[in-house]
Amino acid sequence: MRLVVDLTKCQGYAQCAFLAPDVFTIQGDEALTYDPAPDEVQRTRIRRAAAACPVQAIRLDQLEEPESSQPPTETPGAAAASGGNGGTFKRSGRIVVVGASLTGLRAAERLREEGFTGSLTLIGEETHEPYDRPPLSKQVLAGAVRSEDTSLPRRRALDVDWRLGVAATGLDLAARQVELADGSRIGFDKLLIATGVRARSWPNAAEAALVGVLTLRTREDAGTLRKLLAGRPRRVLVIGAGFIGCEVASVCRELGLSVTVAEAGPAPLGAALGGVIGAIAGELQEENGVDLRCGVRVVSLEGDATGQLCRAHLSDGTALDVDVAVTALGAVRNAEWLAGSGLASGPWGVACDAGCRAFDVNGLVTDDVFVAGDASRAPQPMFGYQFLAVEHWGNAITQAEVAAHNMVSGETERWPHLAVPKFWSVQFGTEIKSVGVPSVADEVAIVQGSVALRRFLAVYGYKGRIVAAVAFNQNKWLEFYEPLIEQAAPFPPTFRHVDEPAEARPVPAGFPAAANPTQDATVVVTGHYPNERRARLTDRRVP
Amino acid sequence: MSQPSTWEQILDYANRANPYPFYEELRKTPVTRLPDGSYLVSTYAEIAALLHDPRVSSDIERNPAAAAMRAAAGEDGEGDGPGMTPTFLSMDPPDHDKFRRITMRHFGPPTTPGRVAGMEARMTEIVTDLIDNMAARSRIDVVDDLAYPLPVTVICELLGVPPGDEQRFRVWVDVALQSTDPGLDPETQQKKRIEAGKELRAFMEELVDAHRRAPGNDLLSAMVTDDGPEGRMPDEQLVGTGLLLLIAGHETTVNLISNGALTLLRHPAELQRLRDDPGVAIPMVEELLRYEPPVHFVPFRTALDDIDIAGTTIPAGASLTLVLAAGNRDPAHVANPGLFIPDRHNNQHLGFGGGVHLCFGAPLARLEAQIALTAFATRLENPRLVSDPPPYRPSPFLRGPSHLPVDIDGVLAPDGPAGDGTVR
Repeated sequence: MRLVVDLTKCQGYAQCAFLAPDVFTIQGDEALTYDPAPDEVQRTRIRRAAAACPVQAIRLDQLEEPESSQPPTETPGAAAASGGNGGTFKRSGRIVVVGASLTGLRAAERLREEGFTGSLTLIGEETHEPYDRPPLSKQVLAGAVRSEDTSLPRRRALDVDWRLGVAATGLDLAARQVELADGSRIGFDKLLIATGVRARSWPNAAEAALVGVLTLRTREDAGTLRKLLAGRPRRVLVIGAGFIGCEVASVCRELGLSVTVAEAGPAPLGAALGGVIGAIAGELQEENGVDLRCGVRVVSLEGDATGQLCRAHLSDGTALDVDVAVTALGAVRNAEWLAGSGLASGPWGVACDAGCRAFDVNGLVTDDVFVAGDASRAPQPMFGYQFLAVEHWGNAITQAEVAAHNMVSGETERWPHLAVPKFWSVQFGTEIKSVGVPSVADEVAIVQGSVALRRFLAVYGYKGRIVAAVAFNQNKWLEFYEPLIEQAAPFPPTFRHVDEPAEARPVPAGFPAAANPTQDATVVVTGHYPNERRARLTDRRVP
Repeated sequence: MSQPSTWEQILDYANRANPYPFYEELRKTPVTRLPDGSYLVSTYAEIAALLHDPRVSSDIERNPAAAAMRAAAGEDGEGDGPGMTPTFLSMDPPDHDKFRRITMRHFGPPTTPGRVAGMEARMTEIVTDLIDNMAARSRIDVVDDLAYPLPVTVICELLGVPPGDEQRFRVWVDVALQSTDPGLDPETQQKKRIEAGKELRAFMEELVDAHRRAPGNDLLSAMVTDDGPEGRMPDEQLVGTGLLLLIAGHETTVNLISNGALTLLRHPAELQRLRDDPGVAIPMVEELLRYEPPVHFVPFRTALDDIDIAGTTIPAGASLTLVLAAGNRDPAHVANPGLFIPDRHNNQHLGFGGGVHLCFGAPLARLEAQIALTAFATRLENPRLVSDPPPYRPSPFLRGPSHLPVDIDGVLAPDGPAGDGTVR
């Protein structure tokens, strides 16, 4: 059977680990890992675990659930307004979803739950049916779960035309067709773009081709890296200390492998958590035996005569004998296939409104093209309407649901996507969980618990309001901070509460200067009269 | 004489059998101030929020209502339970977290993950024996014959309390629990607490000593001998925590099982459904925890700062009572809250509380109730309620029947047509 746990919801109550201990495991205080493809003999225990979950975060394959507790109601007005063809579209329209991962699957499920009975095509570049990625950098690398056993459970029978193993290569908006790598074209009435991101490779192509140099994004990547780690390499080099890099380093230490993490910035997780909290994540690494080198770049990777990676040269002048180098330098949005389509797509992703409708290059909103998940960049009313790309698991789910709902809803029935962003990471037995957007903050204060014990809660502020909270092994309290973020509560918080630390004064959060996501591309505007004025993208990337 | 308030009516023993109409009344004002300056919270969203609110303390020493009760009895320095020193139940982080972790080391994940699941076979065996013992009888008492002996046997075996000791502690526990009745005058309440507490404490001190001298493969032995990374509990904590586990480890489960059997007898179609498909027991126990929870409210929480909630400001220093049983039937949270729907979808409830104080023994209670109620449904022939409502125990807080007489036509073998007493 298959299962997935929504770890965005999980508060670490461990009820599942009590009731099905062979399937669910708690590491440290509250970090949950699990077997996503447990044996059928575990079914009763897993049903017990799923029923007992206080936040109902466990989803099983083909769970016999009653139909959606709120059956879709279709008011006559909504039907008439729905895309101008209303009920007809919902019954017999054509929806194409490009991208067959978490977002694409969840959107397809939601479309069916909302009563869409027309044709539904899911196009995926990978040959696999949708699978879950978070276990790849944790249970799979540790050898507890096989990479192929990560397929996502299905909430329902989908009746989908799957087009897997073929990439979308172009979009013809005028003809309403998606072009595929095999030369075929698929027509649509409405389109959902959910092409996500891919891992940024090591920039030197020859070095990137060495055996032992790899990225971690796909099932294949995880399978390969697992094999390499199982071969007990002399040392693993992790290039970049974002979440993937830190989690890889954590598994290496769990396996007793020597690992060096090279991070160009002053601390691990600096972009996500800022320098102050990132430094604590760095201490965690060092306590667990990671050779952490911050402010250091990898200058070159060296292979032996057989093309096997053998050495890395660092900007601090040292060289390391390494057999494996994991490039963990962040992600590149899969938006190239939309070049020339007329959509506002580029290195920043695909811009859309808060209801997931894509913008065209002029900044006009489209009617029938939607975008969700890692590939999207949407305005966040809570954060000054900044356009933010939120590459989190929970965002893929919530945005997919809003996009799917809006695709089959009339104008007055549409929803804005206003979910507060959340993410989690498990490293060195510690669960790091975040609500809000730490990276917009200017200050941070430790408000609960103890940094020394690695059990604390930090609140982030921007110009006197709370914008995020991050917990290390304290995630049961985060639920309290979410409404404070939503309501722009004052920062620093001054209320009295339990477990107050001795020192709660805010300090600068230490985020790197915001990178300009549009530095690779420029928009130029042409035309004089209002009816002529048009924007155009020019790609000025240095090759 | 003035009309009794809704809260007084809830505390009134005359309304023990059905407090739910009064909870409905209570929910009309989500946050209610009582004449003594304490506050009641009765709606789901507000209770859930306060369970996760760090401005709310569980520290019994900070609570004015608990202090008033002690003062009225002319005592000081007494703890949370029946004359116990405070345990993690009535502490705040970081002490709460530390003592709970130390205790959890021997009971559950991450250190001892398989303990509760590993007790399933033994629980099934106990239930099988209890039901076998009903074979020759036409009338049983669900409380005395199933709902009480199962959890008390399980917790005694788990802790390492000798089987014969149950006779000794049962009397003291009954007194201690009666004295948690907020309807009783504080002085009597406190005096009874202290008497029973002294007896219980002496009993547990004796047990702790015995386990230290001759440790066995049980939880108390582990607690008195094992030095984990955070050290061992001080002796006073050991005794208090041992008593907490012993008492909370069975008293609440008795009510869960009794309330469950009563609810099934009142819903014959659901009883039949459980006979036909014992797997229904799994979601059904969650629904019972919502619909007829064994713990009706969480008393003695304290606001550490002014808390604005549901249009009311709870002032710093005020005592709070979270009325879980009212929140569980809040129509703003759950559709058809007054209906018992065993396979209710996405059943999030307050039956075990929430936040850092979520019931320590929840997995044990769930498993015991699933096994007991499945056997109750599948093995008893034609069970009929003798009286509805049955007589209730005094407490409005730990609420359940004192006896639940049921007439039966016989007992099926454990491998009878509908199942073997285990949940599949």
